[in-house]
Amino acid sequence: MNDMNPDSYVTPDGRTIGGKVLEMRNITLRFGGVVAIKNITFDIREGEIRAIIGPNGAGKSSMLNVINGFYHPQEGEIYFHGEKRKPMKPYQIAKQGIARTFQNIALFKGMSTLDNIMTGRFNHMKTNFFLQMLWKGPAEKEEAENREIVEKVIDFLEIQAIRKTPVGALPYGLQKRVELGRALAAQPRLLLLDEPMAGMNVEEKEDMSRFILDVNDEFGTTIALIEHDMGVVMDISDRVVVMDYGKKIGDGTPDEVRNNQAVIDAYLGVDHG
Amino acid sequence: MSASVLPEGLDTFPKLLARNAGQWANVPAYREKEYGIWQSWSWSEVHEEVNALAMGYVALGLNEGDYVAIIGRNRPSLYWAMLAAQAAGAIPVPLYQDANAEEMAYVLEHSGARFIVAEDQEQVDKVLEVQDRLPAVEQIIYYDKRGMRKYEHKHLNAYEDVQAEGRAGHARLMPVLKERQEKLDENSTCVMLYTSGTTGKPKGVVLSNANIIASAKASSEFDSLSAGDSVLAYLPMAWVGDFIFSIGQACWTGFCVACPESPETMQADLREIGPSYFFAPPRFFEGLLTNVMIRIEDASPMKKWLFHKYMAHAKKVGPDLLDGKPVSFGDRLKYRIGELLIYGPLKNTLGLSRVRVGYTAGEAIGPEIFEFYRSLGINLKQLYGQTEASVFITQQPDGEVRADTVGVPSPGVELKIADNGEVFYRSAGVFVEYYKNPESTAGTKDAEGWVATGDAGFIEESSGHLRIIDRAKDVGKMADGSMFAPKFVENKLKFYPDILEAVVFGAGRENCVAFINIDLGAVGNWAERNNIAYASYQELAGHPQVLDSIQSHIEEVNKSVAADEMLSGCQIHRFLVLHKELDPDDGEMTRTRKVRRKIVGEKFDDLVAALYSDAKSIHTETEVTYEDGRKGAISATLELRDVAVVPVKREVAA
Repeated sequence: MNDMNPDSYVTPDGRTIGGKVLEMRNITLRFGGVVAIKNITFDIREGEIRAIIGPNGAGKSSMLNVINGFYHPQEGEIYFHGEKRKPMKPYQIAKQGIARTFQNIALFKGMSTLDNIMTGRFNHMKTNFFLQMLWKGPAEKEEAENREIVEKVIDFLEIQAIRKTPVGALPYGLQKRVELGRALAAQPRLLLLDEPMAGMNVEEKEDMSRFILDVNDEFGTTIALIEHDMGVVMDISDRVVVMDYGKKIGDGTPDEVRNNQAVIDAYLGVDHG
Repeated sequence: MSASVLPEGLDTFPKLLARNAGQWANVPAYREKEYGIWQSWSWSEVHEEVNALAMGYVALGLNEGDYVAIIGRNRPSLYWAMLAAQAAGAIPVPLYQDANAEEMAYVLEHSGARFIVAEDQEQVDKVLEVQDRLPAVEQIIYYDKRGMRKYEHKHLNAYEDVQAEGRAGHARLMPVLKERQEKLDENSTCVMLYTSGTTGKPKGVVLSNANIIASAKASSEFDSLSAGDSVLAYLPMAWVGDFIFSIGQACWTGFCVACPESPETMQADLREIGPSYFFAPPRFFEGLLTNVMIRIEDASPMKKWLFHKYMAHAKKVGPDLLDGKPVSFGDRLKYRIGELLIYGPLKNTLGLSRVRVGYTAGEAIGPEIFEFYRSLGINLKQLYGQTEASVFITQQPDGEVRADTVGVPSPGVELKIADNGEVFYRSAGVFVEYYKNPESTAGTKDAEGWVATGDAGFIEESSGHLRIIDRAKDVGKMADGSMFAPKFVENKLKFYPDILEAVVFGAGRENCVAFINIDLGAVGNWAERNNIAYASYQELAGHPQVLDSIQSHIEEVNKSVAADEMLSGCQIHRFLVLHKELDPDDGEMTRTRKVRRKIVGEKFDDLVAALYSDAKSIHTETEVTYEDGRKGAISATLELRDVAVVPVKREVAA
């Protein structure tokens, strides 16, 4: 067993952040000769909003894919709730309570909003395929229970009006919201958001920020997000990891990160020769 | 009021509610779609919920005669908050939920509300923003708990918790309620509603139990409404009509009030509920018709042909069938086929299949729009009302429905027309007073109880129906003395799907000019089909082809205006298409979306001046207010166009 660091902290807005949910220790990820992530260590704590930022190609998405189990790092260890994680398939990790959204929306375009979000409940369904097909007995009850959870997500995200609309027909901002809905329906302990605000206008960004904060506040969900938009990140996250060229160049509260010279250089562009 | 107008024992809402809980214990009273399912509450459940909340109010320190402000969209819980206020001897004051903090502050301050029931965080935030100016406010109760956890709860309570507290203190609090309710009678204040304020600051209209219950009773009998009917409540709760329908008539007749899941799902919910009694402002019917027309434009040629063919037939015989006039067998048969192929499915899609009684009011409706719904077999009627009258002044009886009148006096209403054409009325529904405003009360209501409507109209000799021409203030004379009635022309313009709003100027001038607001939905769809690219509302509004089509509409309207003897002078000579939509947030419209003509005229005085000059275009800058109260500016160069007018011999009105 590892030491579950119990030192919790209190955020400026009065939320108490608990122990470590996820800990990445000395992670290195290589694709052939390319080193995408170089010896990175950081943690994500219970109930916090943790951002990973960095310029293009810094390795942010790779990092999310490592957490998510899509990539397996060559070096380093991952501890989830204090236990060392063995190499696992993404679906096994999803079962552990980690849900995510994607940078380029990955919804079932021909299915309705409701059905898309229902797929988020897949890991919580226990009845077998045949019972589900016949929709009898326990399957029926299970479907109703899951539908209720999904409806609560729909209510939460205020997308009642598009419940029956095929997602392919929805504008981009709403599709992003549906994707968040699907991740929420899984009732994750850790929610990973890959650029939730990419390509949105200011109003959509404000809405999405509101939802992220509300999810965290209402359900106590721990959130790790990758984002390009520095302004948004600094506003909503509790702690920020800054990456550049696969290395961690900063880690701390938004204020600490903002005043970090390495971060300023990475963002303002310094000769990397 | 000396003689009682109400049946014994049914002169207050707590009494009505108690009766309903006994008589219709298991009949659905309120429904709301939540989590995708229609939840319903029977009258006995509503009675319990209301009492629990009322006891909770008392436990929190609500006194008799206090004002309780209610802010939010139509939800059963907020209707109960009003009924509970009455049950605790207090007076409910519903507010427009889309009002900004500033507007809200005025009403809260003026009413001196001690308790506020807010729907959610958004509304609570608005109240907290102006709270330092509202020393009277003591308790805020919120219904939706979302996002509220971090707030300081010293004077903040969740609706559920207030009810729970009320229930816990039942033995102690029930006798207090009983005692308070015994003191209420038909002369007690039932509700205070603020006028939307087409002109100046809103006024608090005090309505007594007698006003509301008598109006609800008379109007329910007029259309034989009963416990089997149902309505969809989606219009602002602060509006008198909603109070009469969703509380007054609902409690009187016991019919069921359904609330939509969210404002955006209203159309879908309407279809699911299929109400039998329906009310909507002309704007709603215009919007619906515009949508239908857009969809038909996109339909296959076969469907399009079928639609137009049968709609033409419906237009010919539909209204007559509805009025029970003789129609030939062949036409009846053809109408039946049309019903099967077009009208039935269309009504079903619109959610209007079961409408037995439909009303439109608030503004005049375009005759063509009105006829469209009537020809489908929907019994759409007009009524004319005011907050000060507890809604009903005149309404159209079945079989006597016409587009250009507003009907005969409602039961118990007397009418008279003053020398200047202004309509006066007197009825049991006439308001008690304007709150803290005796001058306005005296200026509106005389000693004998006659109330000035502020509208000009006349009673048609042949039918006895009232015809409203325009706001008395707006009706004017043009420079040559002929009559100027802007609304008459505007309503004709608004029939075109691509025109959302029109404002006509011309009082004291040689001729009339108009501002046009395009309908983004309709024009955007047209642009898409014609491969016209645009980046913004402003760009689309200024597109030459859009201007061409608007111009052709205006020329059509001029032809039809020219045919009217009295108003032929109101043809439009020049127009422009505004670069922004008129908006309540900018003060250009009321919260009930009526154009404030004077304010629009003042705000865009440069544009009006340009229309009366020879200029071909004008550059202008306009301040806009965003929903959150921030301000910005947009500038645009607008094209001014001349329109062909039909020459008429001017007969100067006497």
